[in-house]
Amino acid sequence: MISAQLPALQVVVPLLAAPLCLVLHRPFAAWLLTFVVSGISLLVSVALLGQILEQGVIDYTFGGWAAPFGIAYHIDFANAYVLLIVTAISTVVSIFAKRSVASEIEAHSQGLFYTAWLLCLTGLLGITITGDAFNLFVFLEISSLSSYVLIAMGNDRKALTAAYQYLIMGTIGATFILIGIGLLYMLTGTLNMLDMAQRLVAVADSRTARTGFAFLTVGLGLKIALFPLHLWLPNAYAYAPSAVSAFLAATATKVAVYVLLRFMFSVFGIDFALGAMPLSTMLVVLGSVAVLSASTVAIFQHNLKRMLAYSSIAQIGYLVLGVSLATPAGLTATLLHLFNHALMKGALFLALGCIAWRLGSVRLGDLGGLGYRMPWTMGVFVIGGLSLIGLPLTAGFISKWYLVLAAVERGWWPVVLIIIAGSLLAVIYVWRVIETAYLGKTKEAVSGTEAPLSMLVPAWLLAIANLYFGMHTELSAGIASQAAMVLFGGQP
Amino acid sequence: MSDSILFLILLTPLIGAGLIVVTGNRPNLRETVSVVTGLLLLVEVASLVPDVLAGETPGLLLAIPVPGVPLALQVEPLGLLFALIASSLWIVTTIYAIGYMRGHHEIHQTRFYAFFAIAISATMGIALAQNLFTLFLFYELLTISTYPLVTHAGTPEARRGGRVYLGILMGTSIGFLLLAVIWTWQLTGTTGFKAGGILAGQASPLVIGILYGLFAFGIGKAALMPFHRWLPAAMVAPTPVSALLHAVAVVKAGVFAILKVTVYIFGIDLVGGSTASTALLWVAALTIIGASLVALYQDNLKRRLAYSTISQLSYVVLGAVLANAASISGAAVHIATHAVGKITLFFCAGAILVATHKTRVSELDGLGRQMPLTMGAFLIASLSIAGLPPTGGLWGKWYLALGALDAGYGILVGVLMLSTLLNIAYLLPIPLRAFFGQSPKTAVQFSEAPLPCLVAIGITTAACVTLFFFPGPVYQLAGMLIP
Repeated sequence: MISAQLPALQVVVPLLAAPLCLVLHRPFAAWLLTFVVSGISLLVSVALLGQILEQGVIDYTFGGWAAPFGIAYHIDFANAYVLLIVTAISTVVSIFAKRSVASEIEAHSQGLFYTAWLLCLTGLLGITITGDAFNLFVFLEISSLSSYVLIAMGNDRKALTAAYQYLIMGTIGATFILIGIGLLYMLTGTLNMLDMAQRLVAVADSRTARTGFAFLTVGLGLKIALFPLHLWLPNAYAYAPSAVSAFLAATATKVAVYVLLRFMFSVFGIDFALGAMPLSTMLVVLGSVAVLSASTVAIFQHNLKRMLAYSSIAQIGYLVLGVSLATPAGLTATLLHLFNHALMKGALFLALGCIAWRLGSVRLGDLGGLGYRMPWTMGVFVIGGLSLIGLPLTAGFISKWYLVLAAVERGWWPVVLIIIAGSLLAVIYVWRVIETAYLGKTKEAVSGTEAPLSMLVPAWLLAIANLYFGMHTELSAGIASQAAMVLFGGQP
Repeated sequence: MSDSILFLILLTPLIGAGLIVVTGNRPNLRETVSVVTGLLLLVEVASLVPDVLAGETPGLLLAIPVPGVPLALQVEPLGLLFALIASSLWIVTTIYAIGYMRGHHEIHQTRFYAFFAIAISATMGIALAQNLFTLFLFYELLTISTYPLVTHAGTPEARRGGRVYLGILMGTSIGFLLLAVIWTWQLTGTTGFKAGGILAGQASPLVIGILYGLFAFGIGKAALMPFHRWLPAAMVAPTPVSALLHAVAVVKAGVFAILKVTVYIFGIDLVGGSTASTALLWVAALTIIGASLVALYQDNLKRRLAYSTISQLSYVVLGAVLANAASISGAAVHIATHAVGKITLFFCAGAILVATHKTRVSELDGLGRQMPLTMGAFLIASLSIAGLPPTGGLWGKWYLALGALDAGYGILVGVLMLSTLLNIAYLLPIPLRAFFGQSPKTAVQFSEAPLPCLVAIGITTAACVTLFFFPGPVYQLAGMLIP
């Protein structure tokens, strides 16, 4: 029965397709394979979610080795939801990638590019689906190494330094995570996360457990680009190829946030993570600073990809604020924003990709009058931007509603004010672009009009998703609240 | 039946906007579409009147984005009154715009008519909102859809104006209003407008006070000082926009929302006599006097009218905050009478601009002999704004004054009187100078404004006078607010 093997297929299909991509070598064939494999992964993740809705959690053991010894996949609402985000974004962005990559990367290295893409997808899916701490680290390395490659392929020479910077920071982060997992293994004698959670209860009050938790948190903090560990992110997103910026911005940090949640809630348990350790206080402070400082910095960026990158750091601040509330409502808001932010940042980066394809630049000064020359592209940007601000009818509003409500319920008024201040700062940095595009002077030298259809369609798909999920939240908020329940229940 | 009409009311201007874009290359057809859409909308809105007078409140659920927070419409007397005003004046404004936009050789006319129609749809949504969430949604939509109209000219000045406009309106709405909406939901578990209010007994007086302040300042479209600067900034827009949107639809949406929140969220019992409401009374009174004083010193005609609007809007806020039967009806009546008066004044200002290219009060000496119809209408509308007979402006002030006395605030009657004097001081000199002033020696001869402009001015001027003799229908709807 194939439906019983879905958890394995989720990871194995892209993993096997990756070397095949390298062998195919022809750009079109490599692209087609990437697109088809992303599509299959999406179908698998939808099927997995369907199974979970029907029968609850899925446990899958590789090669029939029983849980504590073999590698086990454990899928519940929380990671099925993240799998869906990752595969959906990969599918939509891979449609976009064809023309965008063709214009930004030389033909002979496009096969390599798609190989790295599939490996990155494999890594992200593996991190999410696995129930084994060391397996998680392995997939983390796969996704990290392939994303260094993807970023380095940007056509600006600065992409190399950006990738190098990310490599150094990412490796430090991975090392911290490895040390954390090692300490936990030392303490509990198991790598299976479910098992680990049970054995940790007895030894939680030890210095080793606390140290392991600290190492894990700092390492993951680097991966999710939590202020002040965010320094690698702006350059990485700014100089990566357009499609990579969209893909990574919408998925990579999301997956890292998921891992943090998994360790906090499922492995260590909420009492330890937010009670015994001062993590709630730390997260609320760092999240607040991230929202305010990164949004402010975004206002002063001229390179729009950098601007969106700083905006991403701010949005990670929101995610962290939701966690710090330590209530089911706050966690729901975080998970919901995970989904909605993937939609808005995906749409915005794709719009910038269209602009880069046409103008060869995403500097604000070059955008004058673009609203009239590329109306469809700017339409995506406007919708994505309004969603980022959080206006009603967009997905961003739903996130903001849940987040503010959770903070009000908890009575944390300063947090409420910070969330709202972040929205207001977003108005400024989004509107700079809209104003320039519609009211700025057109530069005479530039000619040409819209981006090709194969880039506009995926961009619009995400834009429409922003509007759809602003009105219909059964899927996004519904599953987010289920997932929050699962995490809060302490069941990994 | 009337349920589905609610949806049609939202949809009609949107379809109109689509048709306007499609017919963009043929101006005559495009403007016909615009006028016909306006007529259809008015018929649809008017068809609700019998139901509402019979005490019914037809409603319609559109969607439920967040569990417990529906996107829904419902008609009640105040909303119907606002929808009637906005939809009927839209037709008049469209007729006026035909003369203005062509006479002034404006660019991007198709975009102008299309966004105008979208803005009207948003206004209808505000008027018919069944709950705070729906109100907030259409409130933001109105801000966004009017932004391209404010920055229509595309000049650096228009960009600056647009920034102030968007900055203040969005800043206040996201900063205060959204917070107030979410907080209300958190306290009561609903955002629905309900006769008698939903907040009574749900929170301490302190929280109620803070919430009321958040609503009053969060609804920036009501232009309470110190969040009023967006209105003068919006005057860079073409005059039809200033006339309908920034004297009627947008600003009235603001005070309408404050009235609606007062009556249906807090309930007048909760608002009347609370500490926060006393403080807000003084803010409104200061805005009335302060804006009038500023208006005295404005030489740019449209800016002077804008400050006058800021002052007049606070009449309605005053009526809401006083929170008794007379003051609430007065506020509702004032929404109607100020609408026809101020739109006439803006029409006249635009007519002067088209005919003579003059924008300053100091340039208008002697113009009355060349543009007698326009300046005559200006005189009548000025009387209406000041609240003097034989114009409808009297009634709003009358009931507001009664309301102030009922609430025991005799001093506010003084504020209203002082404001009337100031109104006279900054408005009447304009027609007087035009009729009796000496025109400059080298003056060129000007003729009257284009015919469509004059027709529109004639209609609204007639409405100013008619409302004096027949305020019945307006008052009947307004009187239904507080049983």
